[in-house]
Amino acid sequence: MSGAEPEALGRAAAKAPGRPTVRPMGARALLAEVDSDEQVAALLGDLMQRQHQGLLGPDVELVPAARTVLVDGLTDARERSTLTAWLGAWEPHSAQAGTGPLVEIPTVYDGEDLAEVARLWGVPPEEAVRRHAACSFRVAFCGFAPGFAYLTGLPDEFAVPRRATPRTRVPAGSVALAGAYTGVYPGPSPGGWQLIGRTAVRLWDTDRTPAAMLTPGTRVRFVPVAPTPGAKGEAT
Amino acid sequence: MTEGQERLRARRVFEVLRPGPLTTVQDAGRRGVAALGVPRAGALDGPAYRWANALVGNDSSGAAGGSAPGTAVGAASGAAVLEATTGNLALRAVGGDAWIAVTGAPAPVRVDGRPVAWCAPVRVRAGEVLEVGAVTAGVRCYVAVDGGFEVAPVLGSRSADLLAGLGPAPLSAGMRLPLGAPGTLGALGPGSAERSPLAGPPAELVLRLTPGPRRDWFEPESLAALGRARYRVSPASNRVGLRLADGPPLRRREGLGELPSEGMVLGAVQVPPDGMPVVFLADHPTTGGYPVVGVVPEADLAAAAQAAPGTPVRLLPTARLDV
Repeated sequence: MSGAEPEALGRAAAKAPGRPTVRPMGARALLAEVDSDEQVAALLGDLMQRQHQGLLGPDVELVPAARTVLVDGLTDARERSTLTAWLGAWEPHSAQAGTGPLVEIPTVYDGEDLAEVARLWGVPPEEAVRRHAACSFRVAFCGFAPGFAYLTGLPDEFAVPRRATPRTRVPAGSVALAGAYTGVYPGPSPGGWQLIGRTAVRLWDTDRTPAAMLTPGTRVRFVPVAPTPGAKGEAT
Repeated sequence: MTEGQERLRARRVFEVLRPGPLTTVQDAGRRGVAALGVPRAGALDGPAYRWANALVGNDSSGAAGGSAPGTAVGAASGAAVLEATTGNLALRAVGGDAWIAVTGAPAPVRVDGRPVAWCAPVRVRAGEVLEVGAVTAGVRCYVAVDGGFEVAPVLGSRSADLLAGLGPAPLSAGMRLPLGAPGTLGALGPGSAERSPLAGPPAELVLRLTPGPRRDWFEPESLAALGRARYRVSPASNRVGLRLADGPPLRRREGLGELPSEGMVLGAVQVPPDGMPVVFLADHPTTGGYPVVGVVPEADLAAAAQAAPGTPVRLLPTARLDV
């Protein structure tokens, strides 16, 4: 750093062992970084509770991601300093896995990349399906597109790379893997995830509240079903 | 004709004769839905949006005010206006008279061919054609009408979101835009406009840069030189982001790998691997995996929305968080 640069500029606040790292995100937001997706879920839950208790403004938005929770819409320095102090004292814990609502997603496991995923896992495709459907998933966060949920629950050793060349069009309802995440494409879009199956469930509907079926904290299971005759292709 | 059709016919509508290169319906945007992956959208030039509404007696307030977390959906998000990129718009008033006002980037305004005031309330009679010509400076015009453009709201807002594809499609010829209940502006009338509070489009865009979360991802020398760097607005800029070009790339430190996706805010300056900064505007993605070096305060983004491609840009790093 050059000597002319103010010392605190963009630096993370000093991190107590095991406590969140608090990073500035401009004047109205901050980013709290923790060590695992379980801790993200726990921190998000605790922050939502603080908001319910009126300790965070009603218009503050909480946006969880892989290792962070964004707190956006802070109105003044006092709210920021109170929150920073609270985060500095936050005890890392894991969210209780069984607390969110449970959604079952009927899935036809016939994705174009199923064979490749099975090869990466070193098992036959039927076994890959059995393993995926046996997992309990939880929505860690949403992003990429409205209603696109990043689901955790697949063991780390099942992580798969994204496709070297993304597809220009992935059909709505595609069930796909990237890293250790599972996702379901809410609408047709380009995408680089490995497609393992498809569902007819409508994940995104702006006439519904909430519009997204899979919101952070929701528990998810994929239930293998046989393809409906004549329903091959886009599942909407 | 049925009674329902009669009522429909009586309703005020603006019919699109010429849509312009990119004209969208915008209000104060969507709030409380970022955690679902929904961008905020909304007018890029906030002061021009609010000024246009004020001139025709509309409310611009997007405040969700006092609702419980996550329940802001469905709350009013201010009256909707048209955001016309570079102008070039023609609309016909159908079914009733209307007060209109055009703000933002300066452009010639005509009603049935006769020049009328820019940045002032103007009466458009039923059947007359409102024309907004090509902008003479800046990028985005705002066209407000008393009662607002009453297209169907999606998740509490009438804004078109060009990233997520939510809200009404950009204007096309033949589209009919319903208007809200007529206002009571008749008492004010033309000539009541105060002097516009809007700054003109910037000859040079100077954006303050408050601390961002991933400054430590960049080479110290490269970071220290950021305040002296000169860029230009790239023609690839859009409602998602103001892209900077023709300047020094911001170099990343080596060996950091990939950043897991994290939440993004309005004004976040993301730096992709090519090192050219992108300032996130209203249609920005809610999460992203490129490091954010800093955040441009919201107050500076109206000027960014009016900076035409080629405009010189400077970033002004500041340690302050109380801008």
